[in-house]
Amino acid sequence: MTVIEQALRKPSEVRLIPFLVAGDPDPDTTLDLLRLLDEEGVAVVELGVPYSDPLADGPVIQEAATRALTHGMNLSRVLALAKTARESGVRVPLVLFSYVNPLIQMGFERFAKAAREAGIDGVIVPDLPVEENEALRTACADHGLDVIPLVAPTSRERVRMIAEQGQGFVYCVSSLGTTGVRDGFSRDVDAFLEEVRRVSPVPTVIGFGISRPEHVRRFSRHADAVVVGSALVRLIGERRDALQHPAKREQALAEIRAFVRELKTE
Amino acid sequence: MKTELPLATQVDQNGRYGRFGGRFVPETLMYALNELETAFREAIADPAFHEELRTLLEEYSGRPTPLTYAQRLTEYVGGARLFLKREDLNHTGAHKINNTLGQALLAKRMGKKKLIAETGAGQHGVASATVAALLGMECKVFMGEEDVRRQQLNVFRMELLGAEVVPVRSGTRTLKDATSEAIRHWVTHVEDTFYMIGSVVGPHPYPEMVRTFQRVIGDEARSQFLYREHRLPDHVVACVGGGSNAIGMFAAFLADREVQLHGVEAAGHGLSTGQHAATLSQGKPGVLHGSFSYLLQDEHGQVIPAHSISAGLDYPGVGPEHAHLKETGRVRYTSVTDEEALDAVRLLCRTEGILPALESAHAVAEAVRLARTLPREQTVLICLSGRGDKDVETIRAEEAKRR
Repeated sequence: MTVIEQALRKPSEVRLIPFLVAGDPDPDTTLDLLRLLDEEGVAVVELGVPYSDPLADGPVIQEAATRALTHGMNLSRVLALAKTARESGVRVPLVLFSYVNPLIQMGFERFAKAAREAGIDGVIVPDLPVEENEALRTACADHGLDVIPLVAPTSRERVRMIAEQGQGFVYCVSSLGTTGVRDGFSRDVDAFLEEVRRVSPVPTVIGFGISRPEHVRRFSRHADAVVVGSALVRLIGERRDALQHPAKREQALAEIRAFVRELKTE
Repeated sequence: MKTELPLATQVDQNGRYGRFGGRFVPETLMYALNELETAFREAIADPAFHEELRTLLEEYSGRPTPLTYAQRLTEYVGGARLFLKREDLNHTGAHKINNTLGQALLAKRMGKKKLIAETGAGQHGVASATVAALLGMECKVFMGEEDVRRQQLNVFRMELLGAEVVPVRSGTRTLKDATSEAIRHWVTHVEDTFYMIGSVVGPHPYPEMVRTFQRVIGDEARSQFLYREHRLPDHVVACVGGGSNAIGMFAAFLADREVQLHGVEAAGHGLSTGQHAATLSQGKPGVLHGSFSYLLQDEHGQVIPAHSISAGLDYPGVGPEHAHLKETGRVRYTSVTDEEALDAVRLLCRTEGILPALESAHAVAEAVRLARTLPREQTVLICLSGRGDKDVETIRAEEAKRR
C-alpha cells in the first residue's frame, strides 16, 4: 500500500485534499501554505504545476497559474519547492497535478526520478487518459510514484477499466465541466461515486466544484476524500496582496487556516 | 472516397500518424470522442451520407471549384507555369465550408442540434454559422478578442447568420485561446453539443475526419490537372496554419512520388524575431489541444504565442499528420513573412484580378519564389484556400503604414 493509500485509509470522517497552484502568489507563500496544511492534518495535498493552456481548469485556477508563470514558475521549480517543503518537515503526501506537456518536455523518466527525489508521492495528469498513459506509468513505476487516473460521469463503460488502473486513489470528477465552484450537484453523482467505489481497488476521491463544508460532508459519505481546489485558490488569490505584505501576512494565513478548518469540521 | 493512401500516412487505431496524433483530453471527453469516431466510420461507409454531402457540395457550395491557369502571373514570374485551385470560389469564400458541411451532416446523424466552433480569421466561424443556418441548428463560435477586433466583418457575418460569437479574453486572445475555450465549453456541454473543429488538429478522430472532408480539394485538383495538362503537376503548394487546406490538397498527391509537396507556414515578422507562427520549422514535439504534434513552446513546455498578419495562420500548433509528413520528408515545409504575403496579395490582384486571403497569399508567395527557379516546362499548383475580402481592412492598414 502506498503512502497515499495509507493516508486515505486512516480512520476519519472527513478527509480533505486541498489543491494549491505552486508559486501563487509566490513560492515562499506556497511553502508556508504547505506547512499550514500539514499542521491542519489534511489527508493529501494536490500541488498544481502552472501551465499556459490549462484546458481542464476554470478561470480561477487559470488566473492563478498565469500569476505563477509571470513569476517564472515551471516544473523544475515546483519540484524544487516540494523538496524544500520536505526538508522543512512537511510530511503530508504530495500529489502533483500537471498537464502532460511539461512532463513530456522534461522526459517521463527524468520527471519520475526528480519527482521522487523531491518527495512527491503521486501524479495526476488531467489531459492524459488511460489509453495514452502507459509510458508515464512505466517511468513512474520505476520510482514508486502513483499515477492517479481520473474518471468522469461520462466515462460509462470505461469506469471499470479506469478504476482497475488506479494507483493511490481514483479521482472522480463530480460533474461535467472544468474545475471551479459549482452551486449544486446532480443526485446522479452519488450513484456514480458508489459505482466507482465498487470496482476500484484503491480509495476514491471526488473533486471539481466542491467549495463548502456541507459539500465536503455530503461527499465524504460516498468517497474516501474530497478535493477542494478553486475555492481555496480563490481565497489565496483574494489575499495575495496581504500575503505579500509583511505586516498583514500572518492575518491572511490565519484566515486561510480558518477556512481549511471549517472545511474539515465533521 | 477514391484511391487508398500509402500505409505510412494512414492513421492507426490509436489515431497516430507515426508517433504523432492521439487523444490528450480530459476524461470527460473520451466517451464523446469514441462515440464520434464510431459515427464518423458509419457515415463514411454509408452511400446515403456521401450522396447527401455531395449534393450539398455541388448545389450549395458550388463544387467543383475551378482550376485556373494563371497566365499573367506566369508571364510576370518568368519560370514554371502557375495554376490555382480556386477554393476562394466556394460559398462563404474559403475551403472551410467543405469540412463544416461534412461535420454538420454528421452532427445531424448523431441527433445533436447544438454546434460549437472556434475561429481565428473567422472563415471557419462563418462556414459553421452558415451550415448551422442551413440545417436549422444552434451555433456558438468562440473567437479571441484580438481576432474579433481584426475581423469585424466576419463577426458581423456570423451574427447575421444567427450564430452567437463568444469573445475569448484569456491568454493571447487569438485562435489558441478560442480553441481552449471551445474545448472547455465542450467539456461542460458534451452530452448535447457537437464540436466542429476547423482544422486537422485536435484529438483523434478530428485530424482524420477533417482530412477526409477536405480531400475533395486534392481529388478535384488532381483530376482537373490531368484533364487539362495530361500529366500531374511537378509542385503543389499550400499554406499551413493548422493545415486543413494543405492536407486536403496533399492527400490526393501523397502516393504520386514525382509530385513535390510544399507546406508554407507564417514567418510573421521573421523567424529570427520570435514573432511568427512557423510551428514545423521552429517548434518541438508536444501536446496542444488534444494531440501530439509540433508546437511552439519554451524549454519548460509552456506554449509560446504565435504571430502572423493572417489571423488564420496565427496558431502555435499544427496538425499531427503534417508533423508526420515533415519527419518522413514527404512534404517540404517552409515559411513566408507577413511582408512577403502582402506583396503576394498585391501581385495576384494586379496580374490575375484575384484578391487572395492573407493565408492563401503565403502559398502564392512561396509558389512565385519556387517558380522563378524552375524552367517553363514545369508546373506549380497553388491551393488558393480562400478569398481576401475579410482581410481588406488589415491590408489597407498595412499599406497605410508603408506610405
